[in-house]
Amino acid sequence: MSVLEVPVLSVKQMNKQFGNGCSTCKNMKLGKMTKNYCHKCGTVYACRDVTFDLYQGEVLGIVGESGSGKSTLMKSLYFDEEVTDGEMYVAGFEDGKKNLFIESAQKKRYVRNHLMGKVYQNPILGLKMNFSSIGNIAEKLISAGNRHVGSMETRGAELLEEVNIPIHRMKEEPKNFSGGMQQRVQIAKALSNNPPILLLDEVTTGLDLSVQASVLDLIKGLQRDLNISIVLVSHDLGVIRMLADRTLVMLEGKVIERGLTDQILEDPQHPYTQQLVHSLL
Amino acid sequence: MNKTYNFAFFDEGSKREIRRATLKAIAIPGYQVPFASREMPIGRGWGTGGLQLTLSLIGKDDVLKVIDQGSDESVNAVNIKKLVSDTTGVRTTDSTADASLIQSRHRVPEVPLQKDQILILQVPLPEPLRGFEPSEHETKKLHAEREYSGAWLMLFEKIMKYGIMATDADHPVMVHDRYVMAPSPIPRFDNAKLDNSEALILLGAGREKKVYAVPPYTKVSSLAFDDYEFEIESFTNQACILCGSNDVFFDELVDEDTGETYFQCNDTSNCLEIVNQKQSLGVK
Repeated sequence: MSVLEVPVLSVKQMNKQFGNGCSTCKNMKLGKMTKNYCHKCGTVYACRDVTFDLYQGEVLGIVGESGSGKSTLMKSLYFDEEVTDGEMYVAGFEDGKKNLFIESAQKKRYVRNHLMGKVYQNPILGLKMNFSSIGNIAEKLISAGNRHVGSMETRGAELLEEVNIPIHRMKEEPKNFSGGMQQRVQIAKALSNNPPILLLDEVTTGLDLSVQASVLDLIKGLQRDLNISIVLVSHDLGVIRMLADRTLVMLEGKVIERGLTDQILEDPQHPYTQQLVHSLL
Repeated sequence: MNKTYNFAFFDEGSKREIRRATLKAIAIPGYQVPFASREMPIGRGWGTGGLQLTLSLIGKDDVLKVIDQGSDESVNAVNIKKLVSDTTGVRTTDSTADASLIQSRHRVPEVPLQKDQILILQVPLPEPLRGFEPSEHETKKLHAEREYSGAWLMLFEKIMKYGIMATDADHPVMVHDRYVMAPSPIPRFDNAKLDNSEALILLGAGREKKVYAVPPYTKVSSLAFDDYEFEIESFTNQACILCGSNDVFFDELVDEDTGETYFQCNDTSNCLEIVNQKQSLGVK
């Protein structure tokens, strides 16, 4: 057998629960749970035993209904949220041999600043609304160690141009921008230090169709040009179909189906996936 | 001396608590140590942090100097001096060289500090990252992880807006290559005096309930970018109208009759000393 390709990001048996759990819900077979919520103790099992690999240049789509754990998974990957247990390995950090979930906050911050970029569903979470757009991009560069104003300004202007923000507005605060522009500033920020991994959480939700199209176009173009790996969360199957190479389907915190995007959309196996695909207008 | 008060106004327990916080601050240069800031007979924001440090440290043999933005005779400085001397009986002075304790608002004296002196600076806003992150809980974490991109980002924003760093006072400094610290609103001109200082420098924020310190011979560097160096206020070709000094920090004043601007030493006691010296030597 030939040597297999090494994943850039690998997540193993990741669990995230809100609440301590009780004897009823810990043994799930006995427990009477509504979806992933335990009525006895109120614990929510947001992510249950999530395992996946992400390879170089690949777009991995994650679909699922709201409350299925997609965003919790994304927050955990970006260390916004601490996981209950599980393992995460990133190729660029200690040769992908150290479990990042148990590393110190400082190491996590390093990985976040140097090896990852994230675009949040809500731009308020990803941007400093009172700092200029170029400043927002510089923040990411500064945290990655850049101390040269000139180079940061050039890089910021370059990126803003790439995401179609007019250069004469680069010193304006994102709070003055439309939702679509804010989202594009976020993308520029996430890309600023050429991260090998990009996390996109519902980037097009709430944008009008023409802006959606241009944002998707942009992501596709960037992914092709820079060969970065993307984890893309969406409940919009159109977006998944257009961008994702492989797709995971999540339901109640669990991955219920995985495979090539075409396969999942054309020949869904799980009843929920079937329902989801057939609901597509 | 007013005998109805304990020596130095505070009870011994209070003094001990403040000294303990001070010792911790000295042990961790640049780190903001929380302390139980007391109710004082002056309002918070009028130098209570500095005053509490002064009162906790002062002994019978100390000589006290209090300056308010370079002046020994401003209302605030005089009141603080009166309070301390009324409750301790210590001698006060205007001369920087004679003082053993110097409490100051927004200036480091021009006369170089000596190794047996202590400079106490009054601080309104001790947190250098506050403009970037409003939550104390978060800034504590940022300090713990030595994550100071926020401090640089604030400078970057100024450069974007004004073309220069444009921090007029309170330009953030890195202490001992570890903690970023607000040096209190001293002019950038004074930042260099904190570096490798022979005297102990203590900073107290009464309203914000924080004490921090720069121990003697500690490296203090002002934050800057590779292509935007830290610059002090420039007074090229200017000299004090009273004493003729040209290497000090000036106040820029306007002659109301002629409308002309002129410059005068900000540190009044230093200016007066130079004038007296010149007169005694017969220089005009």
